[in-house]
Amino acid sequence: MSTAIAANEVPAPRRPWVQRRVTVTRSLVLVSVSLLVSWLLTRYTELGGFLGFYLGLALCFPVVAFAESIRHGRNVAIDRVASSFVIAAFGAVVIPWASIFVTVYQKGSKAFHASYLTEDMRITASSDALEFGGVAHAVLGTMLMVLIASAIAVPLGIIAAVYIVEVKGRFAGVVRFLTQAMSGVPSIVAGLFIYSTVVIFFSGFSAWAGALAYVILMLPTVARTSEEVLKLVPDELRSASYALGATQTRTTFRVVLPTIASGLVTSAILGIARVAGETAPLILTASYFVAKSTNLNEPIASLPIYIFSSLGLGDDNATTRAWGGSLVLLVVVFVLFTAARALSTRLSRK
Amino acid sequence: MTPEQRELITKFPPVDKVFRGVMSAGALFSLVVLALIAAFLLYRGFEIFSDFGFSFITGEVWNIGDPMDESTAQLGIGAMLVGSVITAVIAIVIAVPLAIATALFIQYYAPRALRTVLTSLLDLVAAIPSVIFGIWGYAVLLPLIEDWSVPLERWLDFIPLFSVPSGIFGRSPFLAGVLLALMITPIVTSVAREVYGQAPRDLIDASYALGGTRWGAIRNVVLPFGRSGLVGGAMLGLGRALGETVAVYLTLNLVFDINFRILGSAGGNVASLIATKFGEATPYELKGLMAAGLVLFLVTLLVNFVATIIVNKSRKIA
Repeated sequence: MSTAIAANEVPAPRRPWVQRRVTVTRSLVLVSVSLLVSWLLTRYTELGGFLGFYLGLALCFPVVAFAESIRHGRNVAIDRVASSFVIAAFGAVVIPWASIFVTVYQKGSKAFHASYLTEDMRITASSDALEFGGVAHAVLGTMLMVLIASAIAVPLGIIAAVYIVEVKGRFAGVVRFLTQAMSGVPSIVAGLFIYSTVVIFFSGFSAWAGALAYVILMLPTVARTSEEVLKLVPDELRSASYALGATQTRTTFRVVLPTIASGLVTSAILGIARVAGETAPLILTASYFVAKSTNLNEPIASLPIYIFSSLGLGDDNATTRAWGGSLVLLVVVFVLFTAARALSTRLSRK
Repeated sequence: MTPEQRELITKFPPVDKVFRGVMSAGALFSLVVLALIAAFLLYRGFEIFSDFGFSFITGEVWNIGDPMDESTAQLGIGAMLVGSVITAVIAIVIAVPLAIATALFIQYYAPRALRTVLTSLLDLVAAIPSVIFGIWGYAVLLPLIEDWSVPLERWLDFIPLFSVPSGIFGRSPFLAGVLLALMITPIVTSVAREVYGQAPRDLIDASYALGGTRWGAIRNVVLPFGRSGLVGGAMLGLGRALGETVAVYLTLNLVFDINFRILGSAGGNVASLIATKFGEATPYELKGLMAAGLVLFLVTLLVNFVATIIVNKSRKIA
């Protein structure tokens, strides 16, 4: 038996998830009050500049939030204050990141000219006008060393991961622990080690030495990422393969590894992105050379050292070149990173 | 007639034995490398340790004396070690609160769509080469921090930590520490975010159901749950901060004198010492740098060991 209810008796549906206009206005007022106060602070105290403005904002915001919300009770006020601190701190972290991207782009693009990516510094001094010279030698050198390093570190990293996940050997825990600890080896120590062995034995800086220093830094990243990916392979696949009478060798090479091929590529790319910008070990191993070179037994150029050595000269044009190199390096790292991301998303969708 | 039962093999066939052997041998590579690093640096730097003994660790002076006469050299990394610790501690003190807040923001404040973007951004920023942090720190951060150091020194002069008798600011431990803080924040944040993300959802919901606020849930459920993971993440960051070379090289003025005045343009750093002195080092000084490298290696290895143990343990609980 249904009772008819007159339309005017039905309470209006409540929609607590919709932001009420009052809330929005209130937040805007809060933000503008904080902005005003922090502007006054920068204006009339010595803590000038952007840093002072932001710190003032970060301190005013919680205070204003507290003053506004205390009428709702202590807990609400604490919640609002905590939220504003969290947001302010997040801003303090993100703004420098943005500043890095913007600065490198602005200053770096000044160094670019038509053939910046195809010329080297063979007949150009760092202080020469910016329309001469380029980074081709540095890009080439970095690529060569990264290729050699990948050829060694990627198989070794995957082997370590296979040992931990597939072989499940007696030392699996130890290997995982050591690989993780290895990722903390300071890059300059890796360089010093290669110097004390390869460079001293073969009497000289070389691309080989640089590549070997890369291997030490790359291996932990590759091993770690490969291990994570290997764990994604469902056990049913392995069991099915064993049930068909396959050996562990065949199961690993024909079933497990092909399933996660793109994941392994991701781990290799992440390893490359990790080392491509390493500077310190190269100072001690590959040193620097101004021209394009593919001779692996000689010192070779690399992007980080190109930046580093241009920076040390103190000349305006040289400094601009350093920013140009930074822009190229940043783009390289980003492209690698985006590629790794895209591949791993494809894998997790599968 | 029933088919003959297949013979069940419980041992690995020869192929697999070879396979497992090869994999095991390859997997021990990292152990071999770690051992070789320690062994070779010790071998190259042994002379220094036997010449100077413990005073190599505590001594403040780094002076090669007469390049022809090794006995006039005086090598000690005390000032550099103290400096490394000071910059790393500044970095941790700044980075950890920021990382906690950022992790909480990403996990519990940001809208879902923003969360994935921010997580990728975090990994991306962690991959920014240190030389780029260094050049940015020198060009952008240095003037900002310098402007700030002056009033800070005037107001807090009475605390020895902030007094600068020399009146020279610029490439100070504070600048290097702030820059290192920015570099390690992504690492600490991503560990913290991962741990906070595993906080028990039912307890958080229960806290809301009792009428608690968002901060109430975070304060009473998320933060206590993630405490040990956060400590591990902070130590990973500490290890990175201790071993960072180029960024510190560009933003810190090395002075061979133990001092705790963080705003003055005088500090120390072991990794930066190696990069600075390497170029024109005498053979004997080079041995000293190897010894310094060994000390740095052992310290960071210890920090990383502890960090790894703590992080792994907190993962297991979660």
